[in-house]
Amino acid sequence: MTQNRILIRATLVAVSAFLTGADSAPDRWSQAELATLQSLSLEELEPIPSDPTNAVAGHRGAAALGERLFFDTRLSANSAVACATCHQPDRTFQDSIPLGRGVGVTSRRTMPIAATAHAPFLFWDGRKDSQWAQALGPLESEVEHGGTRALYAHAIAAHYRAEYETLFGPLPDLSAVPPSAGPLGDEPARAAWAKLSDTQRTDVTRVFVNIGKAIAAYERRIEFGPSRFDRYVSVVSAGHSGRGILTKEEIAGLRLFLGPANCTQCHNGPLFTNNEFHNTGVPARPGATMDQGRLAGATAVLRDEFNCRSQWSDAPRRCPELEFMMAGDHALGAYKVPSLRNVAERAPYMNAGQLATLDAVLDHYNRAPAEAAGRSELRPLRMNARELRQIAAFLRTLSGPIVVNGRMAVREAH
Amino acid sequence: MNETSHGKLLKTTCGVVTLLLALGAVSPALAVPNPLRRAIRLIRGTGVQKPPAGEFGLGPRASAHGRYVATLTPDRQLRPRRMLSVRVTVMDGNGRPVSDASLTIAGGMPEHGHGLPSRPRVTRNLGEGSYEIEGVRFNMGGWWEFKVSIEAGGLADTITFNLGL
Ligand code: HEC
Ligand code: HEC
Ligand SMILES: [Cu+2]
Repeated sequence: MTQNRILIRATLVAVSAFLTGADSAPDRWSQAELATLQSLSLEELEPIPSDPTNAVAGHRGAAALGERLFFDTRLSANSAVACATCHQPDRTFQDSIPLGRGVGVTSRRTMPIAATAHAPFLFWDGRKDSQWAQALGPLESEVEHGGTRALYAHAIAAHYRAEYETLFGPLPDLSAVPPSAGPLGDEPARAAWAKLSDTQRTDVTRVFVNIGKAIAAYERRIEFGPSRFDRYVSVVSAGHSGRGILTKEEIAGLRLFLGPANCTQCHNGPLFTNNEFHNTGVPARPGATMDQGRLAGATAVLRDEFNCRSQWSDAPRRCPELEFMMAGDHALGAYKVPSLRNVAERAPYMNAGQLATLDAVLDHYNRAPAEAAGRSELRPLRMNARELRQIAAFLRTLSGPIVVNGRMAVREAH
Repeated sequence: MNETSHGKLLKTTCGVVTLLLALGAVSPALAVPNPLRRAIRLIRGTGVQKPPAGEFGLGPRASAHGRYVATLTPDRQLRPRRMLSVRVTVMDGNGRPVSDASLTIAGGMPEHGHGLPSRPRVTRNLGEGSYEIEGVRFNMGGWWEFKVSIEAGGLADTITFNLGL
């Protein structure tokens, strides 16, 4: 009889040891785990790196002008599209639809803007190496703003002359420049561009570049505010229980995120991104043309007319990101690792909005399907539905305010 | 039910439970419950052996065949995601600086099977066996290998630094 009791006890202890390891006391973290948690906290974010390629990056006046330009629909072919048409401040600077809608429809998903000053490369394929060079892309894209650099230079002369001249010096004489002309426009716009003198082209392009630099000065001030997760980390770091801040399910999800699910291999640091490009085998949108991802982006950024080494850069001699950039290898089908901050606020997901919900995202990671191009770096997680729900619950704790100029963003697009 | 059959039943039940736990630990393919699978993951690990703490650090550290000894001096604290410059100082087996070496840099995370995210290289020979390596970046925390391959006077060898970020 006593022997039996010992046997029962021993078995119960064995069973509860397994269960304890998994589910109870989810709020206890080892020193090493605590260090990892802290490395994800917004408090650990490095100061916004300087951008020597943009002389007005830190200039308040440039940011004020940039903010107005960001919301100004006159900077478009049909006077109906602004940056804010797709990057809507009340939607964490994105648009909640799979593909962006400007003058036409984009082939990729609109990305949120916050904290992009920390990113060495911009766009899903990293084909731009600064915020100002990035801003020039949509302006000349036929599906986004749809206009030409001459159109934008004229718009500045008509509506922002004083502000522009205070920052950048006198505007050039544009009287002989046609209303629309540019190297990337439609046939008539390209023909008009070809007829301009070198000086005229340089004059127009300089105004165009300065639009980008002013917008970048504004974007630098768009940042993430603390989330529930950040509050949790600061409370448990102080040695208290964070159970009132995160639920048991969310904490379980956090544990999976850090541990067996291996999400921090790519989504690490205070922004939950390593700023790199990885192939995660997300299927292409049905009917989409072949997208090479980073492979094409890496080539494009080296050739970009407005990159760090270009004549338009304010520091063309020092471009470490381009000089030591990794190319080739894993670039085919790789995309920029998005920040997971505010991720629950911005379905649908992935580079072309292929996955509608966070549950669909977790299902993707769980199955790790074969890639559309290149080679997926994922391994199936083989987790059960409950675990996947827990990770999704954790991701929802990463929502917080967007802070612009140190204040909450509420301005509407017009 | 008499005393002995009761005991047998108990023993069988306990045996079955223990067997299930054991089975769960060896066979990840089985549809085993949640806590069990977590235990299995713990047991199986990644298969790569992380070196002991004494093997970590910026050196001085000897090359695989003992031909060179080198020390790393980063320009800033080693932290993930920042672009760093690292000065490497190379000595020969007799402690004399090796000033005319050609160096190549490689590395990665053995536990994850990935390499360095950038392409660091020597940008300046500073003399006295010192070289400036630029473009060094580590894109996550954890154990990194940072390999400096040295070639001087026809003698090649590689030093593998273990760095904890
Ligand atoms: C028609 C919708 C649309 C408009 C208008 C638009 N964008 Fe975007 N934005 C996108 C899409 C789509 C992407 C991703 C495109 C890609 O990767 O190829 C993007 C990407 C970006 C990124 C990259 C973020 C990152 O993390 O790399 C920034 C920054 C950005 N846009 C700023 C702007 C600015 C500034 C303007 C105005 C000059 C603007 N956008 C106009 C849709 C738009
Ligand atoms: C190998 C690197 C890697 C790993 C590991 C990884 N991710 Fe990602 N994640 C990415 C990349 C790259 C994308 C964008 C892919 C695309 O758009 O095609 C992404 C996109 C996402 C998105 C969509 C975000 C958006 O704005 O569209 C979510 C959510 C996400 N990951 C969560 C996770 C979770 C949770 C885990 C762990 C289970 C994880 N990721 C593991 C690289 C990774
Ligand atoms: Cu790694």
